[in-house]
Amino acid sequence: MGKSQFLSFIKKEFYHILRDRKTLFILLGMPVVQIVIFGFALTNEVKNSAIAVLDQSKDDATASLTGELDASRYFEIVASLKSAAEIGPAFRKGKVKMVVVFPPGFGNDLKHLNNAQVQLIADASDPNVANTLTNYANAVIMGYQDRVNQGLKLPYTIKTEYRMLYNPQLKGAYSFVPGVMAMVLMLICTMMTAITIVKEKELGTMEVMLVSPVQPLKIVVAKAVPYLLLSCVNIASILLLSVFVLDVPINGSLPLLVAESILFTLTSLSLGLLISSATGSQQTAMFISLTGMFLPTVMLSGFMFPVENMPLPLRVISNVVPAKWYYIIVKSVMIKGVGFGAVWKETLVLAGMTAFLLLISIKKFKIRLS
Amino acid sequence: MKSVTAQDLVKTYGTKKDVVTALNNVSFEVEQGELFGIIGPDGAGKTSLFRILTTLLLADSGRATVDNLDVVKDLKAIRKRVGYMPGRFSLYQDLTVAENLEFFATIFETSIQENYDLIKDIYQQIEPFKDRRAGKLSGGMKQKLALSCALIHRPGVLFLDEPTTGVDAVSRKEFWDMLKTLKRQGITILVSTPYMDEASLCDRVALIQTGNILSIDSPAGIVDNFKPTLLAVRANQMYPLLLDLQRYEGARDAYAFGEYHHLVLKSGFNEAGVRSYLDRSAHEGVEIKPSRPVIEDCFIALMKQPTGAAADNHQPSA
Repeated sequence: MGKSQFLSFIKKEFYHILRDRKTLFILLGMPVVQIVIFGFALTNEVKNSAIAVLDQSKDDATASLTGELDASRYFEIVASLKSAAEIGPAFRKGKVKMVVVFPPGFGNDLKHLNNAQVQLIADASDPNVANTLTNYANAVIMGYQDRVNQGLKLPYTIKTEYRMLYNPQLKGAYSFVPGVMAMVLMLICTMMTAITIVKEKELGTMEVMLVSPVQPLKIVVAKAVPYLLLSCVNIASILLLSVFVLDVPINGSLPLLVAESILFTLTSLSLGLLISSATGSQQTAMFISLTGMFLPTVMLSGFMFPVENMPLPLRVISNVVPAKWYYIIVKSVMIKGVGFGAVWKETLVLAGMTAFLLLISIKKFKIRLS
Repeated sequence: MKSVTAQDLVKTYGTKKDVVTALNNVSFEVEQGELFGIIGPDGAGKTSLFRILTTLLLADSGRATVDNLDVVKDLKAIRKRVGYMPGRFSLYQDLTVAENLEFFATIFETSIQENYDLIKDIYQQIEPFKDRRAGKLSGGMKQKLALSCALIHRPGVLFLDEPTTGVDAVSRKEFWDMLKTLKRQGITILVSTPYMDEASLCDRVALIQTGNILSIDSPAGIVDNFKPTLLAVRANQMYPLLLDLQRYEGARDAYAFGEYHHLVLKSGFNEAGVRSYLDRSAHEGVEIKPSRPVIEDCFIALMKQPTGAAADNHQPSA
C-alpha cells in the first residue's frame, strides 16, 4: 500500500507541474535561452573589433601590416584616418576601439635603421577590452616582424611559444557552459522545491495532509522526484546544445558527468527543502532562494569572477557554495576530460553537504502547524 | 462512550509582551455519535480548538482525547481515524474533482470503491463534474467535494471547521442535511460555525466567546435557561427607539434584532410598564409583543454576564 501511496504522490506532483504551462515553459526554456544568450550575445571574447588606421607613411610595409590586421578575426578596419586630429573625434563617436598609427617613413625606418615604431591607441574606458586588443595587435605585428626577419640571423633572441591547453581557441563557452549548468540546476531545484512545499502550506493542503497517516517525509521526497527528472531533461538539453551548437566537447566520461550533475541536483533539492521548512510564504521562499542561493552561485562559484582573486573572507565563504564545487567538477570532467580520481574530493564535499542539508531539513520538518 | 474530551485547554499566541489568549480553560465532552456544535463569532478560538483536537497544534496546558487517544502522545493513531475539513477550501485547485478524491483515498490507504457507500449521497451531486478542476467549482460544490475527501477513509470522528462560512443559504441547508445523514451512520461530528441559527441543528452546542465557553447544553436547554422576559419592540423611527429602550430603567439589555428590537427586562418589570414608558415619549407606530428567545438572545445574555457567572457554566451538563 505504501508504494502506491508514494506513486500517487508523485503523480499528483506531475499534474501540478504539467498543468502550470507557463512555469513549465520557463523551467524547460530557461536553460536553452541561457545557453543561447551566453553563447552568442554575452561574451567576453574579442571578435571583429572596429579599429581605425592612421597611415602617415603609405608604403609596402604599412600596407601589408594593415592587411594582416584586417585579415585577423579580431579586427575589422572601419576607417582610415587622414590626420592625427581625427583620432580624438573617431574615439568620441564610439565607432572605433583602437587606432593604429604608422609614423611617416615607417617602411624606410624598418628597412634602413632596423628600427621602426608603431603606436597603438586604445579606448581604455573598458580596460579589459583595451588590454586584449593591444595584445592581439601586438601579436599580429610580431608575427609580421618574424616574417621580415626570416633568413636573418639575430643574436640572442628568446621566442616564447605558448599553448592554450584544453581550450586552444580560448572560447568563452568552455567556462560558461559549466556555469550555466550550475545556475540552472540550482535555480530550478532549490527554488521550485522550496516554492511547491511552501505553496502547500499557504493553500492549507499541508494542513489536511498532516491529519492523515502519511509520513511527512514521503510528502517531501515525493516533491523532489519530479524536479529531479525535470533537471535531467535540462542537463540533457544543455549538453546537447553545447556540443552541437557551441562546439564545446565533452572530453571526459559522460556517465560521470551525469552522475555528478544528479548529485548536485540532490544538493540543490535538499537546500530547497531546508528553505521550505524555514519559510511560510511563497514570496519569502522565492526571495531567499534568489538572493541567498542564486547570487552566491553566480558570484562565488568562480564562473563569472575568479575566486582566487577575491579577498580572503569571500574565498572562505565561497567554500560553502555548492555550485563552486560542482563548477570545478564539470570543468574538470567536461573540458579537461579527467576521471573520477581527479574530482573525488569535490564530489565528497558535495555529498557531505547534501547529507548534512537533508539531515537538518528532516529534523526541522514540522509534523504540526507552527 | 466519550468520543472527544477536552480538559482545561489553554492556548495563547504571541510574545510575552503581547499575549493573545485563544483558549482559556476550555473543557467539554462529546458523546459517541453526537452532532456537537461549537458556536461563536470570529476570533472566539474555534479554529485553535479544532487544530488542537486534530493534533495540528499543541495546547499550552490541558489535556484532550479523541477516541480515547491522547492528542499529543497518540498523534499517529489519531491521524488515521479522524476526518478534518479546515475552514478554508484546502484541496488541490489544479486537480479535477475525481483526482482530488482519488488522491485523498490513497493517502488514507483506502480506495473510493471501498467506502463509496458512505460518500455516495454527497459525491453523486458533484459526480457530473468529476473532470472539472476543483478550483472551477462553485462554493457549495467545493464544500461537498471537501466533505467527500474528509470522509473517504470512514473516519470515526469528523471535524468540520466553519464548513458553511461563505456558502449560500440553499447549500448551507443541504450541507446540514448531509450531516444528519452522516450522523445516522454513527460518525461523531464536531462542527464549528459563527451562524447562531445553525445551533438548533446540533444535538448539543458549546457557546464560545474570546476563548471562554459560555454554556454547553442542547439547543432547547440553552433557550430554556433564558429566564427573563423578552419583548420584541418596533416603531416608525427605529434608532431613537433603541436609544430610549436602552435608557429604560427596567431594561437589562436592548439590541437591534432584525425588524424588531429585542428588549430584555429586569425582574419586576413587565410589558405594560414598557408601553407606558414609550407612551410618554413621542414614538409613533409603536408595536410591542412578547418574543421567544433564540440562541442569539442567549448568547448575548451569556456574553454580558460577569466572568464569574460564566465560569459556572464551564462544567458540561450531565
